Amino acid sequence: MTSFVNPLRLRNKGVLGINQRNSDYIMRYNKRKLYPLVDDKLQTKQLAINAGIAVPKLYSIIKYNHQLKKLETLLEEHNDLVIKPAHGSGGSGILVLTGKVGKLYKTPSGDLMTSNAIRHYISNILSGMYSLGGVPDHAFLEYRIKFDPIFDQVSFKGVPDIRIIVFRGVPIAAMVRLPTSDSNGKANLHQGAIGVGVNLETGCTTHGVIGNTTTTIHPDTGYSIAGLQLPRWKKILQIAVKCSDTVGLGYLGVDIVLDRALGPLMLELNARPGLNVQLANQRGLLANLKTVESMENIPAEVDQRVAFAQSLN
Amino acid sequence: MHKLAVRFWSIVFIAIGLAIFAHKVFQLGIPITPDATTETWTIQARLAFTGNGKNIKASMSIPNITPGYIKIDEHYISGDFGLNAKVSGDIKTAEWAKRKALGQQTLYYRTTLTRSRIATNWTEVPEYPKAPEFFEPYSTAVDKIIEDVRSQSADTASFTYELITQLRSSNDNENISLIKDLARTDEQFANLITKLLSVAHIPTRKLWVVELADAANDIIPQVLIQTYNGEEWLTFNPKTGITGIPVNHLTWKIGNGPLYKLKGGDAAEIKFSSTKSFIELLEVAKLAAKEKGSILGRFTLFSLPVHSQNTFSLILMVPLGALLVVFMRTFIGVQTFGTFMPILIAVAFRETQLFWGIVLFAVIVFIGLLIRLYLERLRLLLIPRLAAILVIVVMLMLLISFTTSQLGLDRLLSISLFPMVILAMTIERMSITWEENGGKTALIQGLGSLLVACLGYLIMTNQHLNYLMFAFPEFLLIILGICIWMGRYTGYRVSELFRFRDIKTSA
Repeated sequence: MTSFVNPLRLRNKGVLGINQRNSDYIMRYNKRKLYPLVDDKLQTKQLAINAGIAVPKLYSIIKYNHQLKKLETLLEEHNDLVIKPAHGSGGSGILVLTGKVGKLYKTPSGDLMTSNAIRHYISNILSGMYSLGGVPDHAFLEYRIKFDPIFDQVSFKGVPDIRIIVFRGVPIAAMVRLPTSDSNGKANLHQGAIGVGVNLETGCTTHGVIGNTTTTIHPDTGYSIAGLQLPRWKKILQIAVKCSDTVGLGYLGVDIVLDRALGPLMLELNARPGLNVQLANQRGLLANLKTVESMENIPAEVDQRVAFAQSLN
Repeated sequence: MHKLAVRFWSIVFIAIGLAIFAHKVFQLGIPITPDATTETWTIQARLAFTGNGKNIKASMSIPNITPGYIKIDEHYISGDFGLNAKVSGDIKTAEWAKRKALGQQTLYYRTTLTRSRIATNWTEVPEYPKAPEFFEPYSTAVDKIIEDVRSQSADTASFTYELITQLRSSNDNENISLIKDLARTDEQFANLITKLLSVAHIPTRKLWVVELADAANDIIPQVLIQTYNGEEWLTFNPKTGITGIPVNHLTWKIGNGPLYKLKGGDAAEIKFSSTKSFIELLEVAKLAAKEKGSILGRFTLFSLPVHSQNTFSLILMVPLGALLVVFMRTFIGVQTFGTFMPILIAVAFRETQLFWGIVLFAVIVFIGLLIRLYLERLRLLLIPRLAAILVIVVMLMLLISFTTSQLGLDRLLSISLFPMVILAMTIERMSITWEENGGKTALIQGLGSLLVACLGYLIMTNQHLNYLMFAFPEFLLIILGICIWMGRYTGYRVSELFRFRDIKTSA
């Protein structure tokens, strides 16, 4: 086994590198002034709501430290929720509460938090601890996803999500990210979550990777992660396409979660989606990128584009 | 379109940079190594005589136009004589005067020269000479010789050469033998040739050269002949006919008069001596630039005050560090904390030296991380927490300096020059990365930063590179061009060749 691969072979496999992603796709198709729309999750949420895209329900926004005095009242209304920084990146700074036990709040890991601890946590968010460059930030409280039973046996803590890469309004690749004990419940591949490739046509999972090793079973649960049929696949693709139209970014990562009651919900958008989707699918992005790039007329209808994307595989 | 513009600008910048560099190296002779030296010669002319109690006027020809050499320095040692140096045409003369002088008098002229590529040349344009008169039987012989030589030559140069070789030849031509009898010494011979050339209406003059040698006294000046071909002065050795000034010879005097003139003194004697020494090429280049009036030569950092020079010699290295960061990140794919933080760390290493720099950096960051971990539990707000870390970093530095000075390890005192803000930021960044992306990522980025910092240190402390950047700031243009060029690199990073090594399906 060789540790390094010949760049020409990588090129033949159509693998997209970071430098090329940045200069040929992100810089060319993503207007800088649109970045704030996706970097601020609150703005993204508002845009999505206006466009009729389903998102997790927003409970409240905390902009200033003094609002934290009334934290208990806010938590009175909902105590099964997620607290997020508006500008957090890569799933950082997210706190999940699942309910109340006496005066304490439960986290998914079973730990209990006092309201003071939560207050400090949010105040950290406000001071910019999780935002890029430490800029003061806002925090918001939203509906906690109860994920679809299809993931019950292939998920450890956390919420699995579906990442779809949309180029010029056409989905070109997709993967499912499954949290593991290594990733501490986070759906972040860098931290040890499993990336599972998804067949664009059928919405069926293929095989997965942890880091760089391929796997077909979930390391924590032992169940197979291949061949799972994602429910409402067409709907998922439609959401991805609509998000792309709404936000206007040519090269976009759309993160979608599957709620057991509400179906697919858009969680967040990413203007600089990573390249791990290539590992999960064991397939380079360049072929589909080139196909879509060479198209002169992209169909206007959402359904047409979804159909076209399903024919890409 | 963009790609073309990028290529255009990067080529333009690199080309301009290289052109200025080439000009400075090849035209001004600025050396590309800092310690390059070159030979210099100090030549001294000593004019000694005895004063006879009357008004004294002594004049001596001194070097003015010195092709192939550049004057670094000159001195007159005149005692209580009044001195006046004047230039007329290609000739420079020093004139000493004194109202009354009795007994032994000595006057010196001393000059230091070095070889130079800056071409200086004689400028005087002579008039065509009148033919001197020869009496019979010489007059016929002269006419005959001139006619003979003219038939065998094409221009002034070949005429002069032919005349010298014919007069020097040992064949039994009676005309030549007759004329040759007129000249017994070398100087007389030179005079004779000058006279004969005048008959042919070729402007001529004598040229005195002094041989440059190490520790040589009593050098006897050699007489050469120059003829003017309508455009420039050509130099000939009257003994051999060889053209040009011999190697290692300095033009001392031009013109037909004697080397010195004296009024009011007796027993005059002139002596030449020379010694060799060395000078930094850089000094010569500066003089050459001045001589030539080159703007680029004047636009040099060496002309700044010394303390600004020191600042700039550091500042000029930072772009090299930046270039390294660009390379390491876009071509290799090394992960670092922040973009240019490794360079700032490298600058700090300059003060502490590499080994201790790494040790101190690691120690402070490690202790800082531990304390930061505890501060996290205290639930401080971000900015106060950063400030607290900063204070702790300063205290750590104080502590380390104090203990090491007690232990007699003075080198570690230089830790105070470590940028504390950089350290505090590193600690904060590292602990956040640790929490968010796990210890592995934090360590990878930490080691990546340290690696780039070490390489940056090695590059930025390289004496030769430092000299090059300082002597040739136009390298900044080249670096700029390379940065622009690298800005459009869309190929894989080395790290990606590893990351995607197992992808199987082809497109």
